[in-house]
Amino acid sequence: MSEKPAILELKNVNKSFGPIDVLHNISLQIRRGEVLCLLGDNGAGKSTLIKVLAGVHKPTSGEILMDGKTVSFDRPSAAQERGIATVHQFGGTFPLMSIGRSFFVGLEPTKGWGPFKIYDRKRANEIAVKAVRDFGITRIDDGDRLVGGLSGGERQSLAIARAVHFGARVLILDEPTAALGVKQAGHVLRIVNEAKRRGLAVVFITHQVMHAMAVGDHFAVLIRGAIAADFRKREKTREEITDLMAGGETMADLEAEIEHELHA
Amino acid sequence: MTAHPVTSTPTPMANRGRSGLALGRLARRPETGSFLGMAAVFLFFAIFGGSGFLSAAGTASWLSIASEIGIIALPIGLLMIAGELDISVGAVIPAASLTAVIVSGYYGLPDWLGITAALGLGLAIGLINGVFVTRTTIPSLIITIGTMFGTMGLTLGLTVMIAGSTGVSLVPDDLTKTLLGQHLGGMFQVTILWWLVYIAALLWLLHISPVGNWIYALGGDKESARNAGIPTKRLTIGLFMLSGFSAAFVGVSQLMVYQSAQVLAGQSFIFNSIMCVVIGGVLLTGGFGSVVGIVFGTITFSIVNQGIYFTSIDPNMGSVIIGALLLIAVLTNDTFRQLALSYSSKKA
Repeated sequence: MSEKPAILELKNVNKSFGPIDVLHNISLQIRRGEVLCLLGDNGAGKSTLIKVLAGVHKPTSGEILMDGKTVSFDRPSAAQERGIATVHQFGGTFPLMSIGRSFFVGLEPTKGWGPFKIYDRKRANEIAVKAVRDFGITRIDDGDRLVGGLSGGERQSLAIARAVHFGARVLILDEPTAALGVKQAGHVLRIVNEAKRRGLAVVFITHQVMHAMAVGDHFAVLIRGAIAADFRKREKTREEITDLMAGGETMADLEAEIEHELHA
Repeated sequence: MTAHPVTSTPTPMANRGRSGLALGRLARRPETGSFLGMAAVFLFFAIFGGSGFLSAAGTASWLSIASEIGIIALPIGLLMIAGELDISVGAVIPAASLTAVIVSGYYGLPDWLGITAALGLGLAIGLINGVFVTRTTIPSLIITIGTMFGTMGLTLGLTVMIAGSTGVSLVPDDLTKTLLGQHLGGMFQVTILWWLVYIAALLWLLHISPVGNWIYALGGDKESARNAGIPTKRLTIGLFMLSGFSAAFVGVSQLMVYQSAQVLAGQSFIFNSIMCVVIGGVLLTGGFGSVVGIVFGTITFSIVNQGIYFTSIDPNMGSVIIGALLLIAVLTNDTFRQLALSYSSKKA
């Protein structure tokens, strides 16, 4: 199948902290309009990998390419300037700030001039509310509401809408559905699809196979810092993926073991 | 991140909740609880303090107290919204008084030189606090306790070394007296006007200028604020310098009012200013609060502090009332904050 060019690419990336190797030879391609699901059990190196992508850590060796050119991020803001936005589990937002204020934090719209520039609350609220509603979250209609009063899914949506509004091309979602109920997770998955439809490249980190299969185009399973499997949609079944994540042991074996211990 | 120009047209939906529940909108403002508290203590002392409390002299007594604490409580409140504390103001006030009195009283140099030196000292101590807080991981509470003791010891030691005692007096010139030390109408300390200037300036800074948004973000989540591109270190240092400057300003204005340095008066400002801020609805852990709330908290505190002398109640009971008020304020402010969080413009 003909593939779209990669926006972001990792080539043989290694990362170690002192004597501890966390990532081994990671090669990945992140494409426009695609969702790459990064699967892995706790401690598999998912967080380190996204921190490398987001410019928090520099790889020990290997290359990061953006639009085919080698790049190096010294700070998270360097990655952000290139259009790589990370949204964390709890939305990275400020619970006691209004929707409008937290949407524009650091990039406040102002009116007036020079030292008399003032924060344009009305415009900030309008743009923020519109951006979130365009993502299908119609329950948000008042930019003065506090972020902490939103549901987990709405907070995620707000954070994603914010990243897209400020020109993100690569969206890294760190376990966005982990703390959410079934319905809320559904909202977030719909927003992931919307981001994909708008042509963003999405990296979706999760250990919930069901959520990954609902939106993913491309899957990479991480085990002990190495990519154990790299496949496309419909190439593997849910059971196969779950087994892979458990590190080769099949889920059935694990269940049998537990069963055995219970009866012992 | 690159911000693309904002060209969207206003959505009517964005304004839908506006006209709705006025009460609900009021309940989510940080100052609602503190306004109720202020109204309650005012009524209490209006009833039990009688005409003495309500007279011009009675009003002047609590307003003068409020203005001195208020000028310090406002920047302390901004620091607390940003998630920091500043204890060193307790030492900066007498240090500024002593600096000005040494320069202008002992050495007889012009008043403006003493005032500039005192304010500069406040800025310098704020800078030291800010740099230590941003360069280390030590909590600002500890750092500013350290600088408080350092400042205290140094200024007292140096004053005694230079002047022989701390009892140096100063007769301010006419201009200084008019600007900083006079009593309007014979009873209203001119500091009250300066407090009004402070209120206006900080209202603008926190609620109107974009910097206010940064202060809230800093107190809400420092990591996210930095990721959003806010110059968190410069902002923190700036806020500490503002509180140092303000404490020095109060030190100078006390000197001009009482014409001698009040060495021991500073310490009470530490707890009093924090109490005013907390009664005013600022969240101790940062990220929530308002200038108007801090002003209400300051007035509440000052009314109790002075109003007690107009009643037949033992003045020592004033402290009990303030202690109880603080606890009630924190509880009601928590309730109002929960209301604010759960508030939605949807009408069930």
